[in-house]
Amino acid sequence: MPILIELFLTFVRIGLFTFGGGYAMLSIIENICVEKKNWITHDEMMNVTVIAESTPGPIAINCATFVGYKKGKVPGAVLATFGVVLPSFIIIFAISMFLEGFLEITWIAHAFQGIKIAVGILILDAALKMIKKMQKRPLQVGILVAAFVVLMLVNVLKIHVSSILIMLASALVSLTFFQINRFRRKEGQV
Amino acid sequence: MIYLDLLIGFLEVGLFSFGGAYAAIPLIRDVVLAHGWMDDEMISYMIAVSESTPGPLMVNLATYIGSNKGGLLGAVIATTAVVLPAFFIILIIMGLAKTLLKNPYAQAILTGLKSCVIGVILATGAYMILGNCGFMNENGIDITAILITIGLAIVYYGARKVRKNGISPIGLICIAAVVGVVVYGI
Repeated sequence: MPILIELFLTFVRIGLFTFGGGYAMLSIIENICVEKKNWITHDEMMNVTVIAESTPGPIAINCATFVGYKKGKVPGAVLATFGVVLPSFIIIFAISMFLEGFLEITWIAHAFQGIKIAVGILILDAALKMIKKMQKRPLQVGILVAAFVVLMLVNVLKIHVSSILIMLASALVSLTFFQINRFRRKEGQV
Repeated sequence: MIYLDLLIGFLEVGLFSFGGAYAAIPLIRDVVLAHGWMDDEMISYMIAVSESTPGPLMVNLATYIGSNKGGLLGAVIATTAVVLPAFFIILIIMGLAKTLLKNPYAQAILTGLKSCVIGVILATGAYMILGNCGFMNENGIDITAILITIGLAIVYYGARKVRKNGISPIGLICIAAVVGVVVYGI
C-alpha cells in the first residue's frame, strides 16, 4: 500500500478509537506507530510528546502532523492530520443535527442537568492535576494566582476581558523577570 | 459574517490553547460568549458530549459550534481553523526551527503561558461550579445542585482512594446523568 494512503487510514483508525483525550491517544499512537509500524522510534515519540506539551493545539494533531511529515513530508502531514480529525468530525456533525431536539425530551434534559455538574468538577480537577505536576517557584505560583483572580473577577463582574489578553500579560511578566535575572547575574560576574 | 467570525475565533483558540484539551475550554468559552453563540449551560453539555465521543475535545467543540452556527461549511471552517495553528507550528519546528523550543527566551515565555493557563482553567472550573449551584444568578442558591456537586465530588475523589485510576471522565458523566434523571425526575 502506498505510504500516503497507509498514513491516512492508520490515523483514521487512531481518530476513531481514542476516547478520553490527548494522553489516551498518545499510548495508542505509540503502540501503532512505534511498535507495530516502526514509523518513528521511541525516542522520537518522547520528543514529540515534549514538543506537543510546549505548543498550542490538540496533542493528537501535533502527533499526527509529526508522524505524517516524517513519513511523507507535507502531503503525509496533511493526510495524517486530516485522517485523525475526520472520524470525530463526522460523529459530532451528526450529533449537532439532533442534539437540541434531543434536549427537549424531559428525562434527557434532567440527565444533562446532572451532567453539567460533572463537567464543572472535571474542569476543576484538570486544573488541580496540572497544579500537582507544575514546578512551584514563586514566579509560576504568582502568575497562576493572579490569572485565577483576574479571570474570576472578569466572570463575576461580567466584564469582557479575553483569556488571551491575560495569557499575553503573563508571558510578558515571565519574560521581564527572566531578563531582570539575567541582567543581575551578569552584574554579579563583573 | 458568521464564517469569518468562526474562522478568526477558532484560529485564536488553536493558537493559544497551550496545555492540552482543558486549556482550550476557557478560550472557546470566551469566543462563544462574546458572540452570543451559546450560554454556559450549552457549553457544559457540549463538553460532556465531546468527552463521550472519540477525538480531541477542542476539535469536537469546534465542529459542533461551527455546525450549529454555519451548517456543514461552518463546521468545516471552525474545525480547520482550530487545527491549522498546531499543524503549522509542528511543520515549522520540524523543518526550520528545530532548536526554537530550547531558546531561553521561548522557555521564559512558555513558563509564563503555562502557569497562566492553569490559573485560567481553575477559574473557569470554579466559576462553572458556582454558576451551577446558583451563586451567580438572581434565582438564588440551588440546594439540590450543591448536594449533587458534593456527592459527585466524593464519588470521583473517593474512587481514587479505592482504585488506582479512579473513575474515568466518561464514567463520572454517566453517573451524573443517572443522578440527574433520578433527582430531577422525581
